[in-house]
Amino acid sequence: MKTIYRITGLVFALCLAAGSLKAQEADKIQELQRQLQAMQKAFEEQQRAHQQQLQAMQAQIDALAGSTDKAAPKPAPSPTDVSSVTSTGSVTASAPSTASSPGTTTRLPGFKSWRPTDPLRISRGNASLDLGLTGTFTTGGSTADDIGELNPGGHDPNNRGFTVQGVEINLAGAVDPYFQGSANLNFALNRDGESFMEVEEAWLESTSLPANLQLRAGQIWSDFGRHNATHIHGWSFVDQPLAVSRLLGPDGMRNPGGRVSWLAPTPWFTELSFTVQNSGGVATSFRGGGHGHGDEAEEEVPMGFRHAENNRGVRRFSDMLVNPRLAMSYNLTDTQTILLGGSAAFGPNTSGEGGETDTQIYGADLTWRWQAKDHQRGFPFVQFQSEFMARKFEAGGFDWDEDANGGDGDGNGFVDEGILTDPGTGLPAVLAPETLSDYGVYSQLLYGFRPGWVAGMRFDYLFGKRGLYERRGLGLADNAGAIAPVGIDLERGNRFRVSPNLTWYPTEFSKVRLQYNYDDRDRIGIDHSLWLQMEMSLGAHSAHRF
Amino acid sequence: MNNVKTWFLAALVLCPIAAQAKLNIVVTLPDCAALVREIVGDKATVTTLAQGAEDPHFVTPRPSYTRTLNQADLLVDGGAELEIGWLPPLVSGARNRDINRGGSGRVSAATGIRLLGVRTGPVDRSQGDVHAAGNPHFLLDPLRGKAVAQNLAKAVMRLDPKNASVYQQNLDAFVARLDQKLIEWHKTMTAHKGKAIVTYHSNFDYFAERYGLKVAGQLEPKPGLPPTPGHVRKLVPKAKAEKVRLVVVGSFRPTRLADFLSKQSGATTLSLPIMPTESGESKDYIGWIDRLVSEFDKALK
Repeated sequence: MKTIYRITGLVFALCLAAGSLKAQEADKIQELQRQLQAMQKAFEEQQRAHQQQLQAMQAQIDALAGSTDKAAPKPAPSPTDVSSVTSTGSVTASAPSTASSPGTTTRLPGFKSWRPTDPLRISRGNASLDLGLTGTFTTGGSTADDIGELNPGGHDPNNRGFTVQGVEINLAGAVDPYFQGSANLNFALNRDGESFMEVEEAWLESTSLPANLQLRAGQIWSDFGRHNATHIHGWSFVDQPLAVSRLLGPDGMRNPGGRVSWLAPTPWFTELSFTVQNSGGVATSFRGGGHGHGDEAEEEVPMGFRHAENNRGVRRFSDMLVNPRLAMSYNLTDTQTILLGGSAAFGPNTSGEGGETDTQIYGADLTWRWQAKDHQRGFPFVQFQSEFMARKFEAGGFDWDEDANGGDGDGNGFVDEGILTDPGTGLPAVLAPETLSDYGVYSQLLYGFRPGWVAGMRFDYLFGKRGLYERRGLGLADNAGAIAPVGIDLERGNRFRVSPNLTWYPTEFSKVRLQYNYDDRDRIGIDHSLWLQMEMSLGAHSAHRF
Repeated sequence: MNNVKTWFLAALVLCPIAAQAKLNIVVTLPDCAALVREIVGDKATVTTLAQGAEDPHFVTPRPSYTRTLNQADLLVDGGAELEIGWLPPLVSGARNRDINRGGSGRVSAATGIRLLGVRTGPVDRSQGDVHAAGNPHFLLDPLRGKAVAQNLAKAVMRLDPKNASVYQQNLDAFVARLDQKLIEWHKTMTAHKGKAIVTYHSNFDYFAERYGLKVAGQLEPKPGLPPTPGHVRKLVPKAKAEKVRLVVVGSFRPTRLADFLSKQSGATTLSLPIMPTESGESKDYIGWIDRLVSEFDKALK
């Protein structure tokens, strides 16, 4: 009994003690809280005092700044200033201010006069359009007499003398919150000096699709390799790589179509695109075979030694030009970036007289860039780019005896002129369908060694597997019994070219480039060319992609 | 074993989701990024596109930036068209609707800031909230820097209201420190009011305006063109007449012509970072301005 009382008493005492301790703690806490509040109040008072001080000083500064501003005379409005002061319908492109020489002190501090790389913007209210103009001209010459064959690109220098490679107008802008649009109209002169105009690009692109998708539709370039979808003024060399001209076409591959592209959720940049376009037009490896600038005269011996008379039209999806591409990019270091891509193009071609002839083109590309960490205007930098392309072209069967008269249309006993003849039989050649394999590769290296100066070097190599039709010794008849052997298909002959060049960019909107080409064509020989290119841009798109 | 596999896969899937819980902010330039870091602390991820010593007008538009922008909740750009040479194609390829101009995830540091060198005439209504081109190097003026910090804090708090109180606290602390420093810097630079300097490019104009320094001219004959010996020679008599004390160049620029002008006119060349540096005492905004002020003070004494 006693122990219970003792324990209860002890517990009671402990509780009392705890209680009093708690009370003491509560007191302490209250005391501390009071102190904290006092400190906060004091701090806030200090803050207010500081704020007042600052405001007073700011007022002083403003007062002093105001007086110095009044002292400096305002610059007189430049007489060439085109920007009007009306509130609607203005062309806001002012010419460089005449008061821009640093000798005068009338220029406001930090005044940024209009620079030619600023977009020329036409706007009325909130509708606006960016306008740019770029002119590319070349002069020079070559030891070759057939510059049109030597330079197969549609906008390459095309004669001894002066070439207008392109006068390009670019119009771009935001359509609405969902789309942006861009169009490129290109004017050029062909070899005979005749003007031609192309719609290089004209498309709408979505800006706000979900799931990392993007849609582009209109007249678009195929997403094949790295060079195909570049404008003339973005080229690092005067002319187009041989692989692009021969395998994709003199104008590259561009046709009306649509593209869906997807940014994959990988830690590095991965983009997958799928393009569907018309297979005709300028796609010379597909249904557009034979298209060219100024080459309207039918070639003596067409590619594959057979005419393209097999236009089956478009009957199903596989008759379209289908072009998938996968591109991946990774930053190797702070200063180095690499981009790898694989592309393919599938579609029908019109070769021969019949059959389901298709073409497949495959490409792999590599781009590597290094730029100094403390670069100035992007210099110094080194950029390497290389592309390899392979084309499998199904050539259709073709009988040169088109009128079933033994090739002797005029009845003089000899095979008519221009008909491909088999010297063994003396009769027009009958060609069996076969698949032609062609390959092209180019590698270019650019070294921007000083701000505004770039030295470049490019190697081009084209080669192909000789087809059966080339090994039969076929020749062209001359309507008098003689048959001149054609030899190999010059449209597919091996070629090698080396092009060193030097480019000077006085500013971002103009350039002067000197390039030497050493060409070695199989069965034709070696040629030397020297080209001097000049380019000027007005309000051009100043932002370039990687 | 199967259990381990399931958990491993689950972790792989959940990790990125967990990582996305933090606000993902992408900033184009290091000076804006320094301000954003002050506000968010470690409550958000901040990625800068242009790196430290790069010329901010000519940043390589690497494809990886498209990826970075695709993941961004908020894109902070300098505004005043400093990034117009490289940013637009990256943004349009990023497939991120919110970071387009006028989108909920886009904010310009220049919003509401009085810029120097704004052209007279109609303001260009381009794609939304950007002002007409004026001098875009306004963060070299710490008072404008304070206003920019307040703007950016508002944007961040709007996008991440969960952490708004933390952002507000960080902002208040930063502003308090900055206010203290402003008093110090004003005291230091008062002694040098009215002294003349020559700059390479127009980046130091805002600093000069704030502290009463007179910019007598630029080494560039026209904005963006590299200095030529002929033009610099013409500056020499002007520099002598105005008693120019300093020739200030950004640290990524060559100093050859600046040194020439200094020698001929009795000034000193001063090479300074035009952005907060990647490491060291000028890594944060206040440290960087502090470095500028102390270097100017030392050189002008």
